[in-house]
Amino acid sequence: MQSFASEVGPSGPVCVVGGETRWGLGGESSAGTRTVRAPSGVESFDPSEMTVAVWAGTRLEELAAALMESRQEVALTGPSGSTVGGSLAVGWNSTRSLRVGAARDALLQAECVGAGGMVFKAGGPTVKNVSGYELCRLLVGSLGTLGLIGRVILRTRPLPERSLWLSGNLSPVEVSRFCYRPSSILWDGSSTHVCLEGYGTDVDAEATVLRDHGMLEIAGPPDLPPNRDRWTGVLPEGAILDVPLGVVHLGASVNPPDVDPGVRAIGERMKSNFDPDGRLNPGRDPYLVPA
Amino acid sequence: MAHDVPAGTGDLYLDLVEAIGEDRVTAGGGARHLYSRDSSIIEGGHSGPVCFPDSTSQVSACVRVALAHGRDFVPRGAGTGLSGGAVPCNDPVVIATTRMNRILEVDQERRIAWVEPGVVNLDLTRHLVGTGLHFAPDPSSQQACTIGGNLANNSGGPHCLAYGVTSAHVAAIEVVLPDASVVTLGAEVGDGVGYDLRGAFVGGEGTLGIATRIAVRLTPDPPVVRTLLLDFGSIVDAAETVTGIIAAGIVPAALEMMDQKVIVAVEQFVNAGYPLEAAAVLIVELDGLPGGVEREVEIVETVAAQNSVGEVRVAADDAERDLIWKGRKNAFGAIAHIKPGYYLHDTVVPRTRLAEVVAKVNEAVERHDLIVMNVFHAGDGNLHPLLVFDPREPGTMERVHAAGEEIVRISLEAGGVLSGEHGIGLEKRGFMPLLYSPDDLAAQGSLRAAFDPLGHANPFKVLPTGASCGDVMGLAEVPEGVWV
Repeated sequence: MQSFASEVGPSGPVCVVGGETRWGLGGESSAGTRTVRAPSGVESFDPSEMTVAVWAGTRLEELAAALMESRQEVALTGPSGSTVGGSLAVGWNSTRSLRVGAARDALLQAECVGAGGMVFKAGGPTVKNVSGYELCRLLVGSLGTLGLIGRVILRTRPLPERSLWLSGNLSPVEVSRFCYRPSSILWDGSSTHVCLEGYGTDVDAEATVLRDHGMLEIAGPPDLPPNRDRWTGVLPEGAILDVPLGVVHLGASVNPPDVDPGVRAIGERMKSNFDPDGRLNPGRDPYLVPA
Repeated sequence: MAHDVPAGTGDLYLDLVEAIGEDRVTAGGGARHLYSRDSSIIEGGHSGPVCFPDSTSQVSACVRVALAHGRDFVPRGAGTGLSGGAVPCNDPVVIATTRMNRILEVDQERRIAWVEPGVVNLDLTRHLVGTGLHFAPDPSSQQACTIGGNLANNSGGPHCLAYGVTSAHVAAIEVVLPDASVVTLGAEVGDGVGYDLRGAFVGGEGTLGIATRIAVRLTPDPPVVRTLLLDFGSIVDAAETVTGIIAAGIVPAALEMMDQKVIVAVEQFVNAGYPLEAAAVLIVELDGLPGGVEREVEIVETVAAQNSVGEVRVAADDAERDLIWKGRKNAFGAIAHIKPGYYLHDTVVPRTRLAEVVAKVNEAVERHDLIVMNVFHAGDGNLHPLLVFDPREPGTMERVHAAGEEIVRISLEAGGVLSGEHGIGLEKRGFMPLLYSPDDLAAQGSLRAAFDPLGHANPFKVLPTGASCGDVMGLAEVPEGVWV
């Protein structure tokens, strides 16, 4: 961490680069900003503890491959090439969130470089912890504006024995009635796509019920359009709703919703308390991300 | 209502009465004494007027009046907290949310319920019977604790092993901020816009504002539940079984351990048929779809057999399951008669180091000539060593303090943390520098100050400060009815 902290230094605008897969999210980085990269590599994986210590610059694919050896996974998500740090900075949840949980619940501990160039630690290494304030949850989705994440400890989960996608004309509500806890429910306005995961016999039994109601097995989830919006009850043409998350994936980019000035004021104080000179990822604003 | 208005609170009291009504404020000595404590061993708190608002606007009015008088305020739920988070320091206005106990809306289709903060945890689950849904966080105090209190402490409970702690079950919160304004944090839909202030607020121990309406996520009831009671000849074997179960890729719904002293005390209390000769028992609950549950029962039995398990009892029906859980959840009621005082600790260690840490903790406590009993959430490494003693014996409390500090140090040396579910409150704020550097603590202070720049919301709690909270930190006998 110390060498990453030295690279960040105590002054001057600096932005951290991950996989650049969602680079423009929350606004373009200000001109003249120095770039840094967090270290990469899986530091230690303890399958019997279900935790992994990993550097933020590690690509999600590399982490997934390491965890796969013990048939485990993490809740982080992102396009191919995304890094652990980038995925946490964006904070979006997996479309399989019903099984893997929320990204912000996966981050147990984060070591960051703060605006003053010092290293600070949020959270702790154990799977349960209420020792002080929930800095980890605050960091997830903050686009690197409060601290630059260097090294993290993540909660892992067992991979399912079987994973199966089906699609058909049942409504999402009907699918929820027929299935106990599907991993994912996506809806395109006419068809519902559902992911069943777990032990083979259970997946087969629920799949049989869905097939009896006209659903058909598909190879995987539908391609999701690149932009996102919060579900407001109307699905635009070509869009796909992640039902449990209430997130709409759509082609056109949309404006972020208006934020209550009182909520925004807390966010502004937060930024100013953590980074009084505005040197961390200048140009980026988490309030410009629509959902 | 008769009022015994103490000196110094006169105008404050009258302003509070004017703001929310005479029947909702009390400044009598009896009430102020009652509200000077929570369920922790911490005594010496001093309460100012105690308010019982019944709406968001009344909560806001209480905060506004407190600020106008330059007073601090302390939110309070049912007072079941175990770290002194609700103990008032220096005569603050105490704002109790117990009258705000309405379940406002249940949306079964979207699996969201809006509740007021004073709703008792178990009342929500009872309200949901028949819907196929429940509220997953189940702290052992669930028959008394409120959802507002759960939110303030990010509470756990046996079933948070598989389902996650309170934060994972809160979608949105209406909050009266420390400046008396009202905002909603989080949302029922979407991954969130801007900073996750909802996530930051949960677990804030009443120092970031007061939740007045809460949107909680509801969890579908599992189709099949199997509850196993396993007995072992040593704590090491039980602990190795815990490690083995997790290593086999199973996350049980619950995985609890009780040692022999607890087993004996509990069995006398509930007659659940716990094995009195066992050095330790594990309660393992597996739930979900039938195929997976049966597979996992087999795996748990295999792992237990590899660790010299004695009897494996699988609850035959709901009644037997309830009896097994009744013993676990009422463990502290059962223990109360052993000695008049007890102090319940709460630390977390890596679950692979449970056996080693429990042995060290037992050795340390016994070296201080105190009785220690263990009943805890083994599956997530959340220890609850319980020190039992008679505070009237001279020198006892000094030994209790010394043993408590050793428990914390042993846990941290094993790679653990200060608290898994009871929070920091007043109890452990002095230990925070053992886990966090000054820079770590400064970052936590930045979060707090973003919500409460003036520092009037439940001050003295969580973060160590130079300021003292009156003359608290004396240890008292634990009040009746404490849970872990």
